[in-house]
Amino acid sequence: MSEKKRQTEEELLEKVTSAEYKYGFTTDIESDTIPKGLSEDVVRIISAKKNEPEWMLEYRLTAYKAWLEMKEPEWANVTYDKPNYQDVIYYSAPKQKPVLDSLDDLDPEMKKMFDKLGISIDEQNKLANVAVDIVMDSVSVATSFKEKLGDLGIIFCSISDAIQEHPELVKKYLGTVVPHRDNFFSALNSAVFSDGSFCYIPKGVKCPMELSTYFRINEAGTGQFERTLLIAEEGSQVSYLEGCTAPMRDENQLHAAVVELIALDNADIKYSTVQNWYPGNAEGVGGVFNFVTKRGICYKNAKISWTQVETGSAVTWKYPSCILKGDNSIGEFFSVAVTNNFQQADTGTKMIHLGKNTKSTIIAKGISAGESNGNYRGLVRIAKGATNSRNFSQCDSLLMGDKCGSHTFPYIEVKNNSSKIEHEATTSKIGEDQLFYCNQRGIGTEEAIALIVNGYCKDVLNQLPMEFAVEAQKLLEISLEGSVG
Amino acid sequence: MLKIKDLKAGIEDNQILNEINLEVNAGEVHAIMGPNGSGKSTLAAVIAGKDEYEVVGGSIDFEGEDLLELSPEERAHKGVFLSFQYPVEIPGISVSNFIKTSITELRKATGMKPIPTKDLLKMMRDKMKLLNIKNGYLSRNMNEGFSGGEKKRNEIFQMAMLDPKLSILDETDSGLDIDALRIVANGVNKLKSKNNATIVITHYQRLLDYIIPDFVHVLYDGKIIKSGGKELAHELDERGYDWITKEANKK
Ligand SMILES: Nc1ncnc2c1ncn2[C@@H]1O[C@H](COP(=O)(O)OP(=O)(O)OP(=O)(O)O)[C@@H](O)[C@H]1O
Ligand SMILES: [Mg+2]
Repeated sequence: MSEKKRQTEEELLEKVTSAEYKYGFTTDIESDTIPKGLSEDVVRIISAKKNEPEWMLEYRLTAYKAWLEMKEPEWANVTYDKPNYQDVIYYSAPKQKPVLDSLDDLDPEMKKMFDKLGISIDEQNKLANVAVDIVMDSVSVATSFKEKLGDLGIIFCSISDAIQEHPELVKKYLGTVVPHRDNFFSALNSAVFSDGSFCYIPKGVKCPMELSTYFRINEAGTGQFERTLLIAEEGSQVSYLEGCTAPMRDENQLHAAVVELIALDNADIKYSTVQNWYPGNAEGVGGVFNFVTKRGICYKNAKISWTQVETGSAVTWKYPSCILKGDNSIGEFFSVAVTNNFQQADTGTKMIHLGKNTKSTIIAKGISAGESNGNYRGLVRIAKGATNSRNFSQCDSLLMGDKCGSHTFPYIEVKNNSSKIEHEATTSKIGEDQLFYCNQRGIGTEEAIALIVNGYCKDVLNQLPMEFAVEAQKLLEISLEGSVG
Repeated sequence: MLKIKDLKAGIEDNQILNEINLEVNAGEVHAIMGPNGSGKSTLAAVIAGKDEYEVVGGSIDFEGEDLLELSPEERAHKGVFLSFQYPVEIPGISVSNFIKTSITELRKATGMKPIPTKDLLKMMRDKMKLLNIKNGYLSRNMNEGFSGGEKKRNEIFQMAMLDPKLSILDETDSGLDIDALRIVANGVNKLKSKNNATIVITHYQRLLDYIIPDFVHVLYDGKIIKSGGKELAHELDERGYDWITKEANKK
């Protein structure tokens, strides 16, 4: 590499490091906040504020007690100062009528914020086939298309509303896929979850539109503990989109969500996430801690497909998983995880094959730039009874610059010999030759990187619904601005 | 159009090009021939701006501008096009997407609005016809899994789409079958005008039967040691390079 090249590369790397987080702004909306810290009383206050039935309070308290006895996991390949759980505010609700009849009633400040986020609600309404449930801090503020969905018997609302209005469903399924004892963060979430989305697709119904939730952490020092529960009855079909952005903050913010998916016989769930929470600044200060437990269970012939594009957060700990319980069920995981500056990610999936002839596919693409560290951790377990099962895994990493790192930790357990597992892994760098080729065609280095990265992620981006794919592409560009291979 | 004066360039301590002098005017076709390792591709890369090579002396003037001051993409914006001897794969990016990006960037640089997708597609279809390219090609990924000949044809397809002022074809003929050679050469001829110029780097006279050069230069050891008309290529074909290098050494 010539001296000149090295210099421009350094300049470019400098630029990435100084590239500001585009979504860093806060909104002035009055919040209803309780004092920080966690205790049995706080759990009771949260439950009371939400006017919850007794069984829900019991559920929370059991989880809280379990959490007290649990230790924060340390096995992930990330290092961070553990959050002080007594320094977090566990409930914060915007002081506005929580659920609006129409998006037009939205607080203008909030509307402005959504516009800045690029999810112009006007546009969403115009698109007319995207229903949005927005979680701002802890309470769902707007739900659209409720009626249209209602006609089909589809329930799409905040989990708080579901607890009030459909307690039998919540009671039946909550915590069945991710038990509160599952891990430290799921226990915490089960104790204090503030809001989230609930979705129920009745038997045989194909949801006619993409269901979408935008999460956003707003109040300073608040933790966000969403709880999502999605139930697809026999033979139903749904595609669910989840997008997340958080404003810039100095302290690390804690985010510990739990998502549970239930795909009953012949049901099909597609769950897509685009996450670009604040990754911290160029020195590695601040940023969101994202400790998420996502898991789905597939009954006979059912299919769950996770697609995620992760560009944000300072620390990510996340393994969307599938339990393939029913015979012939299918699990898929498509992921792009970008780390830049000082971001750390330990993410991957678990495919647990229990039923016969179950199939899983894992396509994980990691992109590391700056001084970041990206890890893929995946478990494929094929139980004794899961005869004739198949897994295909492909884990690729793309490195930009020479200060970043990437690791792959595949765990494979096969307990019968009629099943087959294939695993492929590659590590590559963006080549000088590729960049020069693009340059020679008039494409500048920044665009060339975006182009090459898009090509690299194509298999995953293709899984996303159209509008989302475009947004994800933009996010990739933003988060890699200036990085050079 | 292109004036190269006393150009010296190389990699680290290894000087590959020694005082190259070459002048190419609009409407002309120049052929550069020479043994393996003589510096033909290096010259092409230096003109295109590959910064792996360090220019230690001389100048390159392109339409009155100092080319050496410009980045590779700026040179492309000015109308310099290189058909690579070894085209590069861009996995996951379709030919149409790549060309669209390329054209959009070129137009942006020259202050033009992006071309409507419909017009772009029509243009692509026309050029595909010109080069006898089969349907389905546009959605293949750039050079991924392309055969040697397909890669070369893809280079000329891009040239046809981008309509450059100066095209440098680095061994575009090698890897092409007999029919493809004719098709590609015809394509290049059709794209020729009095406003553009072509530098053809080749080992074989055969190509020059189709693309008839105004000048033929022999590059040897980083130097142009002989220049002549199209007959020179015939002579090289018959006699090889020995006689010229001896002649050059005598001087
Ligand atoms: N990147 C490089 N690093 C080291 N040496 C190089 C590099 N590029 C070119 N060279 C050397 O410079 C000389 C000229 O190479 P170049 O590729 O320009 O030859 P050429 O005339 O195009 O040959 P061919 O006919 O085989 O294509 C060769 O000796 C080659 O090894
Ligand atoms: Mg060569």
